[in-house]
Amino acid sequence: MTTKEHPSKNSGHVQEDKAVFGFWVYLMSDCVLFAGLFATYAVLQGATFGGAAIHEIVNLPFVLTETIILLTSSFTVGLALLATHHHKKILALLALAVTLILGLTFLVMEVQEFAHLIAEGNGPSRSAFLSSFFTLLGTHGLHVFFGSVWMLVLMTHIVFKGLIQGTTRKLMCMSLFWHFLDIIWIFIFTIVYLFGALAP
Amino acid sequence: MKTLSAYIIGFVFSIVLTLAAFGLVERHLTTDHIFPTHGVAVSVLVVLAVVQLLVQLLLFLHIDKESKPRWNLAALVFALLIVAILVGGTLWIMRNLSHGQMQEPLDIFTEENIFPTHSD
Repeated sequence: MTTKEHPSKNSGHVQEDKAVFGFWVYLMSDCVLFAGLFATYAVLQGATFGGAAIHEIVNLPFVLTETIILLTSSFTVGLALLATHHHKKILALLALAVTLILGLTFLVMEVQEFAHLIAEGNGPSRSAFLSSFFTLLGTHGLHVFFGSVWMLVLMTHIVFKGLIQGTTRKLMCMSLFWHFLDIIWIFIFTIVYLFGALAP
Repeated sequence: MKTLSAYIIGFVFSIVLTLAAFGLVERHLTTDHIFPTHGVAVSVLVVLAVVQLLVQLLLFLHIDKESKPRWNLAALVFALLIVAILVGGTLWIMRNLSHGQMQEPLDIFTEENIFPTHSD
């Protein structure tokens, strides 16, 4: 009996590993996409075309708040995964809800920042620098938006179906995506905002 | 092991590293110039960001807990290689390009260059 059970159990694990690895490969290709955007930003940073330069539009305390929010959400999504491993449905849902709220707060803040810049005449069409700025930040924000939608779908799945087989795999991929976005943001925070504030 | 303590330590480290980078820049700008040159400031901030990257890779993404063969790690290393070539190569080429034009880097996209006023 054990010999019969063992192979199927094992192949299930291999299947799960393969799915997570496939998602990981997607994340790595996404990494290359962001590298392209970072390179574009670095090249065009000084091309302000007479418009606002980076050190004129940086609001460091605001950006620090955004960073702390995203960092905290990365922590809570880890807690959600941990709760799923221990089959604690309510705890997992709670952690996911907190993550979702933090993610949406981050998005609202980013949209506010964009709206403020556009209202001041510093929209993406103002200069090559602002185009690259909005493209880099907008692409990251779009990822956070789709991550939030994904999280909402997963929460609905857990509410109606519970922590069934395959939920861990889904949550694993989603948490990898969320951690990845947090890491990308750390580099945006450093390269765009901190370097920008120091720009001569 | 994906333990609670790993997440808590990772979270605390991330927050500390972020606040350290922010604090250094804030102090440099407001009170005293703690960075002697722009290059030093950039180096320090890059080191802080890379340390945070490693902390999150180990404690949030558990890259070290992968069973052999480590395909995830292999994919990550390959991606980092491509990123280094892409970003490093771009900066190198664009710097040379603007140097060839006898101009400061990035100055090729100024208003005067694109809409020259002294046309006659």
